[in-house]
Amino acid sequence: MAHAGEFPVPLATRRSATGIPTGRLAVWWVLASEIVIFGGLLASYIMFRLHHPHWADEASHTKVWAGGFNTFVLLTSSLFAVLGHQAAEHGDGAKAARFLRLTVLGGLVFLGVKTIEWSGEIRHGFTIYRDLFWTFYYTATGLHGLHVLVGMIILWIVANDAARGKNLHRVELIGIYWHFVDAVWIFLFPLFYIAR
Amino acid sequence: MAAHAETQTSHPNYVKVYIALLVLFAISVLGPLLGHLWITLITAFGIAVVKATLVAAYFMHLNIERRYIWYLLLTMLAFMGLLFAGVAPDVLAKSGQNWYHARTVQPPPPLHH
Repeated sequence: MAHAGEFPVPLATRRSATGIPTGRLAVWWVLASEIVIFGGLLASYIMFRLHHPHWADEASHTKVWAGGFNTFVLLTSSLFAVLGHQAAEHGDGAKAARFLRLTVLGGLVFLGVKTIEWSGEIRHGFTIYRDLFWTFYYTATGLHGLHVLVGMIILWIVANDAARGKNLHRVELIGIYWHFVDAVWIFLFPLFYIAR
Repeated sequence: MAAHAETQTSHPNYVKVYIALLVLFAISVLGPLLGHLWITLITAFGIAVVKATLVAAYFMHLNIERRYIWYLLLTMLAFMGLLFAGVAPDVLAKSGQNWYHARTVQPPPPLHH
């Protein structure tokens, strides 16, 4: 029973029909829906790419160094996220918060590089309207960038809680989301930057 | 913290996994420079699958996650395959009464900069 001034804990957060904690189960369901979103987009891209060989010429205008550097940044930020999870499981909220903030920094660098990359491409005439390749490119990388931004905001909120030793189980939950965003980029990089 | 305590994870050496990911990343960038179609496909896309599997297995802890989650994710991947199988024969058709869009089928004019 809840005391005065406390929120009662909803039943849904305590029960576990699958044996998986409700928060983690919810994150996996979110990611399941994300697989359909990104998967549908990338499956469509692959179909069109196979049908239009001239897209290889368009892909040659994307910057491999930028995509490669961002791959390195996201992989590193994923390492920080999982080290944050490890620290949280050891009950070290302050350390977990430091790792999560480093993860946010990784996201910030990723978006900074993407901004420079996009502005250069648009300045040179490679806009979203130029060709269906560029429509796919901006849609997929833009949607991914939006996920990075959302992840950074949630990471920051969870880090602030973790620093005070609160809700440490959420460190794992946002970590799972962040690794998924990393995994999506692992496929975007060869599709838009490497295959020419 | 009760739920947290119930779900303690056994942690592998994450730095080793990270180094493996960086090595695979380097191969995926260098392989396509050889200019051979199959080497490009294997190094760029084959290694992408391996990298994503490493991230899912060790960073997302799918290797110790309950089967329920595996079934959930595999179902979604199957839907993706279904979309591809259902639509690809039409999109990839070279003849017939296809939807036609000149800017899609023909290369755009080159840019001079």
